[in-house]
Amino acid sequence: MTDVRPVHPNPLPARGERGPSGGLRPPHPNPLPARGEREPRVSETGDGRPLLDVRHLRIEFPTRRGVLTAVDDVTFAIAPGEVLGVVGESGAGKSLTGAAIIGLLEPPGRIAGGEILLDGARIDHLPHDEMRRIRGRRIGAIFQDPLASLDPLYSIGSQLIETIRTHLPMSEAAARTRAVELLQEVGIPAAARRIDHYPHQFSGGMRQRVVIALALAANPRLIIADEPTTALDVSIQAQIITLLRRLCREYGTAVMLITHDMGVIAETADRVAVMYAGRIVEIGPVADVIRAPKHPYTIGLMGSIPSVTADRERLVQIDGSMPRLTAIPSGCPFHPRCNRVFDRCLNERPELFDAGTSRAACWLHAPLP
Amino acid sequence: MTAYAIRRLLQAIVVMLVVAFVAFSLFQYVGDPVQLMLGQFATPVDRIRLTHELGLDRPFYVQYYHFLVNAVHGQFGVSLRIGKPVSVLLAERLPATLELSLCAAIFALVVGIPAGVYTGLKPNSWLARTMLSLSLLGVSLPTFLIGILLILVFAVKLNWLPAFGRGTVVHLGGWTTGLLTKSGLVSLIMPTITLGLFQLTLIMRLVRSEMLEVLRTDYIKFARARGLTDRAINFGHALKNTLVPVITITGLQLGSIIAFSIITEQVFQWPGMGLLFIQAVSYVDIPVMAAYLCLIAVVFVTINLIVDLLYYVVDPRLRVDRPGGAGH
Amino acid sequence: MTTRIALALHGAWDSDLAWSFRHSPYAIVAALVFLACIGAAAFAPWVAPHNPFDLSQLDLSNSLKPPAWLPGGTHTFPLGTDDQGRDILSTIFFGARISLEVGIAAVLLSMVLGVALGLIAGYVGGSLDAFIMRVADVQLSFPAILIALLVDGLARAVIRGAHDSMAFWVLVLSIGVSGWVQYARTVRGSTLVEKSKEYVQAARLFGIHPLAIMARHVLPNVLGPVLVIGTIHIATAIITEATLSFLGVGVPPTQPSLGTLIRIGNDFLFSGEWWVTLFPGIALVVMVLAINLLGDWLRDALNPRLRT
Repeated sequence: MTDVRPVHPNPLPARGERGPSGGLRPPHPNPLPARGEREPRVSETGDGRPLLDVRHLRIEFPTRRGVLTAVDDVTFAIAPGEVLGVVGESGAGKSLTGAAIIGLLEPPGRIAGGEILLDGARIDHLPHDEMRRIRGRRIGAIFQDPLASLDPLYSIGSQLIETIRTHLPMSEAAARTRAVELLQEVGIPAAARRIDHYPHQFSGGMRQRVVIALALAANPRLIIADEPTTALDVSIQAQIITLLRRLCREYGTAVMLITHDMGVIAETADRVAVMYAGRIVEIGPVADVIRAPKHPYTIGLMGSIPSVTADRERLVQIDGSMPRLTAIPSGCPFHPRCNRVFDRCLNERPELFDAGTSRAACWLHAPLP
Repeated sequence: MTAYAIRRLLQAIVVMLVVAFVAFSLFQYVGDPVQLMLGQFATPVDRIRLTHELGLDRPFYVQYYHFLVNAVHGQFGVSLRIGKPVSVLLAERLPATLELSLCAAIFALVVGIPAGVYTGLKPNSWLARTMLSLSLLGVSLPTFLIGILLILVFAVKLNWLPAFGRGTVVHLGGWTTGLLTKSGLVSLIMPTITLGLFQLTLIMRLVRSEMLEVLRTDYIKFARARGLTDRAINFGHALKNTLVPVITITGLQLGSIIAFSIITEQVFQWPGMGLLFIQAVSYVDIPVMAAYLCLIAVVFVTINLIVDLLYYVVDPRLRVDRPGGAGH
Repeated sequence: MTTRIALALHGAWDSDLAWSFRHSPYAIVAALVFLACIGAAAFAPWVAPHNPFDLSQLDLSNSLKPPAWLPGGTHTFPLGTDDQGRDILSTIFFGARISLEVGIAAVLLSMVLGVALGLIAGYVGGSLDAFIMRVADVQLSFPAILIALLVDGLARAVIRGAHDSMAFWVLVLSIGVSGWVQYARTVRGSTLVEKSKEYVQAARLFGIHPLAIMARHVLPNVLGPVLVIGTIHIATAIITEATLSFLGVGVPPTQPSLGTLIRIGNDFLFSGEWWVTLFPGIALVVMVLAINLLGDWLRDALNPRLRT
């Protein structure tokens, strides 16, 4: 059994229909006044240049039992203003991919291959200080545990002001004004008073709002949100997701949303990338992937969802569990668990092939020779 | 704040009462003070009279009460070995011990904390590795041996520094200080290093491990993700969080410097309380032992109290004045 | 129980511990040095060139000879002699023997005391637990050397006269009593975890005393931490012993430990006979350093969080 959470009974995308090839997104029914500069919403297949472009990324961990490859040949792009959901079981490599993009891979982990481009310029292997200027300013980040993300010894105001002034040329007073605005915007009541409170004086949901405000402080164009709701109560999860979606639309900020919760992805993302054993096995528009998954693993994921339209067969469950990094099978890493495995899967590794509106790394979708 | 301080104060008083009880037991149940004071040629009448005068025929809690009253007034009786009141002996020797301990504490902190921060931030640099190896050597070197080696090199072989004593001291009211004369200052160098070195290595290793611990936390990771400068992360966030536990343990270490001064004072024949105490242990001079014990306990309890209050100042989580509202 | 512990030891040895040992030159060197110290101490009567405590072998005309490589030194006494003509190298062997005996005995006492008190505190709970842990807190706020000095002073006052013959046990007692707290804390924590588990309740049904059952389950769990604390504690205990002996309240000069030797040698520092004190000092530091290195390595190897 997997620990990926399925989508809710009615996995219809939260927003209106989307073009089959993920083209222009229809405007939001109730557009809030845009604050930041609004980016044209173009996906990677459109004519605009992608905001983030990850090509053949490979992350390795040297250990005493040999080098482990935690992320292998991962390629994807995020357009300005787009929300890309990255879903997978724990250990699938999704958080490592996020950490690699913001240059915060923990040693001994290292980028062993591929490249990461932000606005067309490479940002992997940048000098330490240049990468630091990108973090927070151009790529923001939100982590799983809001209780642990804030420094307990500083008021949230001083942490906000510190972040703002690190990246933007502002006076202390101006930064404070902006901090209060940010707090209001993320829905902290009585922000002008609460700004001087310490993290322990806030509830979990409020703290995650503060974390979002911190991530948005210097108005970055991309936010990497790593399991932003996992540590929160279910009732608060929805609020945070709604908030994140609203703010990103207002500011035109793109989001890489890392989660194991398909429900969150279904509600929030434009496109989704499914990761398995360090690789992307399927990537495509979220509605299509949910409605018509192509890779047997994704099919399994979706099949484990109970449906209200009653007359479907029994729920499907994927046998076995994801391989450990020390023992990734040859060929397609999913083949030992795949119910449609055939000879080719055992030895040859599939790349991403076009499969309808999505792309899937499965020999079933290989173009005919 | 007030409630917190009062609770701490009460705890401190309980500890003091317990230590005082140990000291009291020393007096009452170890040896026979009447025999000690009268010698073996006393008549039974003398014995009964003295027993009554000393209050030894009264119930034990009354005796304990009188002991406490006397202790609070600094009255611990007369030294069996020297024949002077213990309070006078201790008062004479207090300045020497305090000056030495203070210098050693400053030395340990001023060198230990930066060294710990450095080795925590750059754990793989050669300098950090060298310092860490040296610190293990420092932990393995008994205090008295450090003193002996220093004397051997700087006093016996090189003849640069005096091997023992406080040098010339200046009397300021009831206080004697060696800080105002050249010979006094020079005499302080080796004892200070001897006494401080062990604490220095402890503080350095503690700061380092706390620093490494803090650098692994999520809020440091998030601070990096916010793009803060290394300077802000290392010194604004990591160091400040490191200081919370470091203050506690360092505070306690500083207390133990005064206790460890026993050894240093013995090596350098430093005329302080520790030397007095160790001579008292050898001669089973119980009034001096009891008084020293109580005095050291006061020092420790006071330091503990100050540490707790400092903790409160540094860590906002301990402040009880939580406003209601959005918090839960 | 022995098989359980043996299995646990074997399991640990088989996997990461052995690997970590083989890849740590410090640990290997430290282990070799420590084994050499143990060997020299254990077989001192056979490996020492002289018997420094056999008065018939002593000759005052040999007193205060410098080490062999200095003018006036002889190869009979490689590291020189003290004021009574005793061979320094031999006194170091015999001294290390006493230092190690006191150190190990004191650590065993601390261990037994701490493990038992920790087990009882964790199991019984309530006011007894509160009392034991409160005592531990108070004791922990005073340095071990002070506690040891106090116990030593008390013991001296109680037994007076007969002190010299009892000195060894007085030392073991005072150092042992000053060090039980860390063991007790570790064991208590582990006991609290085990206490709530069902097998402890089930044990009652089988008529086995729950404490016995818990000891069987808790002990293997705390084996690692107790071993680490114990190793580093041996180093501390040896230093404490040396310090007490140096202060003149340890073992008597007739049976000198390394600390006593350093104390004796200290008197000759100013008359130029530095070797009487320096060599026992070096021996002490080398021994303690080796144990500390082993303890450091063991702690890192057994603590998975620090392992990469």
